[in-house]
Amino acid sequence: MSPNVRAALLRAYPAALALAGILLALNLISFGFGQAPIDTLRRAFEGTWGTPYGVGQVLFKASPLILTGLAFHVAFRAGLFNIGAEGQLALASLTGAVVAAKLPAGTPAPIALFAALSAAMLAGILAASVPTLLRARRGVHEIISFIMMNRIAEILVPWVLVAGLGAAALRTADVVPGAALPRLDTVIPSLRGSAASAAFPIAVAVAFGVHELLQRTRAGREMRWVGLNPDACRAEGIDVRRRLVQAGLLSGALAASAMLATVLGYKGYFELGLGAGAGWTGIAVALLGRGRPLGIVLAAILFGTLEQAGLSINAVVPKDAMTVLQAVAILLVAIANNAPGATAAAADSSAPPPTAASKAAPAPADEGEGGASSEPDAAPEAKA
Amino acid sequence: MSSILSLTMLAETIRIAAPYACAAVGGIWAERSGVIQIGLEGVLLSSAFASVAFAHATGSAPIGLLGGVLVGAILSVAHAVLVERARVHAVISGIALNLFAFAATRMLLRGLFDSSSNSPGIEGFRVGPTGSSGAALLARVLLDPVTIAAVVAIAVTPYVLSRTRFGLRARACGENPQAAASVGLNVSRIRYMALAISGAICALGGVHLAFDQHRFESGMSNGRGFMALAAVVVAGWRAGYAVLACLVFGALEALQIVLQRTLRQTFGGELIQLLPYVVTLAVLAFAAGRSAAPQGLGKRADD
Repeated sequence: MSPNVRAALLRAYPAALALAGILLALNLISFGFGQAPIDTLRRAFEGTWGTPYGVGQVLFKASPLILTGLAFHVAFRAGLFNIGAEGQLALASLTGAVVAAKLPAGTPAPIALFAALSAAMLAGILAASVPTLLRARRGVHEIISFIMMNRIAEILVPWVLVAGLGAAALRTADVVPGAALPRLDTVIPSLRGSAASAAFPIAVAVAFGVHELLQRTRAGREMRWVGLNPDACRAEGIDVRRRLVQAGLLSGALAASAMLATVLGYKGYFELGLGAGAGWTGIAVALLGRGRPLGIVLAAILFGTLEQAGLSINAVVPKDAMTVLQAVAILLVAIANNAPGATAAAADSSAPPPTAASKAAPAPADEGEGGASSEPDAAPEAKA
Repeated sequence: MSSILSLTMLAETIRIAAPYACAAVGGIWAERSGVIQIGLEGVLLSSAFASVAFAHATGSAPIGLLGGVLVGAILSVAHAVLVERARVHAVISGIALNLFAFAATRMLLRGLFDSSSNSPGIEGFRVGPTGSSGAALLARVLLDPVTIAAVVAIAVTPYVLSRTRFGLRARACGENPQAAASVGLNVSRIRYMALAISGAICALGGVHLAFDQHRFESGMSNGRGFMALAAVVVAGWRAGYAVLACLVFGALEALQIVLQRTLRQTFGGELIQLLPYVVTLAVLAFAAGRSAAPQGLGKRADD
């Protein structure tokens, strides 16, 4: 087998394993609920890819996942485990929605969108800054501090809704018309009724933009190197702390921007629980997407399909089955990414400095490995 | 004031703190053996569900207790196998475990009990005097078999970890897995055993939670596993201090119950819940928790 074919097969292996696992688990679960598996699959398909409306709903569900997936990816490449997107997105959605509702009613769309998104991103950056700075400045491992920030957001958001805004219905006021993102059905009429909005093309563009940033700019390259080998970077005179902080804050801003799809593109206000779970699923998206922009978009569409399919099978099999499948997919992708073949294929990586295990960084050594295994995927493509 | 310094308050504190303390001590078993375990929340939730499912099916509370503990131990060992054998990052595996537990319990709730919110009521253990006086409440809390099992497990943990051959070996795997392997210890197998103990003790907390409510409710662990994690970090991975921190959490919550009418109305009363997390961040920032972490946490023998 030629090396290229072999590398391509190895690259497809995690996705294939995840898909096979999802199908097998779905069959078993349907069987357990006394349903013919093929019937459940048919329902799942009809509710998603079977109709234009279903397709629109899948794109809608995928939009925030692309952005939270990118959030995890960017931080991960710099060696920072941002498992705090869930809290960052909740705080950002709340902040963005409040700001977008307080604007004067006649605010033109570009200004209103900019104000809402900046406010949201600022909140996301602030939420991400605590664990990021603790890690960069004081060497505190970020896992616990991101979890703490998630819990803080989980308590703070409903409190602000009730005590701060006096909202009995646990939601904010409607955003001004200018801040609402246009729905895709204004351009593609057949998607009528679905919640797919301009957030989807924006998210796809951001995915490719982030890729370019990481591959082609000095800041992006140095972020990746810092993730691979902070010691070597320090020896080369790269400001490791600065790049780490930049990656962490960029990650917070990306997680925050997922509110485009939920608050601005869909509801037009924030309510408790809107967008919940997107932060966690984003981790799965990033792992399955393996750092390639198209990979992340496709992975987000896969998980968006699962979420939407859950609604269409709910009458016969609980929609929570789809979340079980997500957990199965996360594990299978993680297992496949660490398979001996996958790391061997990664060994012919070119650009970054030597990949000795990082000792000084508080992050576990195999974070570097994880980064390294997805490295060659991106590098040759950027040259082509 | 008398309502604060009462037997009722003491009983409530112990009752509320028990699941936290079990999860925290479970976390200490996992992390002292070197396996990062952020899936305590998932273990609590699944064991709570399993205990109700077993107790409901058999009508026997002891079988419910055993079933819950068994499921907790199995999930915890599965986490260790994924980390040690399949080389999945422990944080990823922990997230998957939490996600799985949340969704699977909801799914099974509908499958077994045809409800999306809670199971039918179960008897649980009914031991001790009836009545609503503080003394009766305290007696019921202290005589509850799940509490007794939890107290015993928690009390022997420091001894086992610091005085027994197995405990010392587990800690060696947690401090320096390569060194442990070099003197002939089977690091993976010791970690599997430590995680089985971790899961079983954490599961006692889940069983306690479910039996205390006499039913399972969707998402009933409600962040207790993460709070326990905070207690572990603040306590510097020492069981005694972690349990103390959990008793403080319990007392704070009990205070909210006892003083409900006066405190709930106060502006910001809910924000007391933020305290453990903010304190944990502060402790991390000011170094106390940093050097205390097991040195081999998240490392493998063959790295």
